[in-house]
Amino acid sequence: MEHIELFFKSIFIDNMVFATFLGMCSYLAVSKKIATAVGLGAAVIFVLAVTVPLNWLLDQYILKEGALGWLGPEYAVYDLSFLSFIMFIATIATMVQLVEIIVEKFSPSLYNSLGIFLPLIAVNCAILGGSLFMQSREIPTLGLALTYGVGSGIGWFLAILAIAAIREKIRYSSVPPALRGLGITFIITGLMAIGFMSFGGMLTGGDEKPKELPKVEAKIEKKIIKNSETKEVVAKNTTLNE
Amino acid sequence: MALLSKKDAGLLTDPLTDNNPITVQVLGICSALAITAELKASIVMALSVMAVLALGNVAISLLRNIIPSKIRIIVQLVVVAALVIIVDLILKAFSYELSKTLSVFVGLIITNCIIMGRFEAFALGNGPWKSFLDGIGNAAGYGLILVIVGFFRELLGSGTLLGFKVLGDPIEKTGLYAIGYENNGFMLLSPMALIVLGIIIWIQRSRNKVLIEEN
Repeated sequence: MEHIELFFKSIFIDNMVFATFLGMCSYLAVSKKIATAVGLGAAVIFVLAVTVPLNWLLDQYILKEGALGWLGPEYAVYDLSFLSFIMFIATIATMVQLVEIIVEKFSPSLYNSLGIFLPLIAVNCAILGGSLFMQSREIPTLGLALTYGVGSGIGWFLAILAIAAIREKIRYSSVPPALRGLGITFIITGLMAIGFMSFGGMLTGGDEKPKELPKVEAKIEKKIIKNSETKEVVAKNTTLNE
Repeated sequence: MALLSKKDAGLLTDPLTDNNPITVQVLGICSALAITAELKASIVMALSVMAVLALGNVAISLLRNIIPSKIRIIVQLVVVAALVIIVDLILKAFSYELSKTLSVFVGLIITNCIIMGRFEAFALGNGPWKSFLDGIGNAAGYGLILVIVGFFRELLGSGTLLGFKVLGDPIEKTGLYAIGYENNGFMLLSPMALIVLGIIIWIQRSRNKVLIEEN
């Protein structure tokens, strides 16, 4: 259940592109055609699914405060978390290179479709962002880290696929000249992000806000009652004193 | 006597308008959008990027004849990551609250495309002084857009600028609020950053027709 919840949350609610704007550069640059968008999207899912669990292991067993405890009690005092940026980016760069070599060796056809995008991915913010969010949200298990990686990859894939499809269609409409290209893509992405915000209530059942409102009103009422009570008490006291 | 030659001055001023890293080169959008709900965060982010980009450009430019071209991306990443760690630690030490607001986005300066883009396009082929100017110029262009977006989002979204209530007090109904003005809370949500940036691009391109793209 936890896994399903995290999976859908990372696809729709915390969507990489629409909620946190990660990987915008390649999202804008490679979304002119559906075919290339699909290639890059698939590569992002793949790399996120590999690097997020790997960085989770690094974080748990090397970087976190007291994470070195498995080496012996005298190592438990170290806190290496300031090194996490450099470790994460090194892992990502190495993994991207490794994945590229493996894919080239075992599946040349996949390499031909993904190959050119793989080096681009090392500097895609969505990948490093995935690892950094994994760290800051304190995801508890390796399995959940994998789910989070795959889920946010799919979310990114969905976003780039959608914008590529829209941009292919928009070529036939008359956009104001100054908005053509980059400008209209930003505005469409903004509108899509507004649409994705409606997924926000999906996992909570959408009943959080109505519950809060009556509480606030009740509090105010209580305060008013208390105020009037205290006034009465004060009034009584003053009369007694007299 | 001018402090900078004409060409050097161009390196500083071009990225502010006609060659802006965000609106024209389309680099470094990720962080530009996520942290602009407040003006203060935008300014700090712009300054951090400026420090990292200027120093990184100098470092890469000094190393440019030593780095083998095959592993240059790794070398660049290491240089940026080291600088970003320094910036992150400084932020945590001197303004902890702000570093909480910026959260992972300070770390994401590493993969900010502006940094890698300028390293590849400029620092690998030019001397340290020019690279320094290029770094300052591009970071200033980036910061300019960040500050504009942050200004409008904070002003319209919460009616404040840098935390000062410039439009009056919404609770005590002073200033503009006395005549029925309401804050547009929607401006604080992330989608509006995209739309504000879209509008900035629209205005810039209607003024400068050269930048208009093919459909």
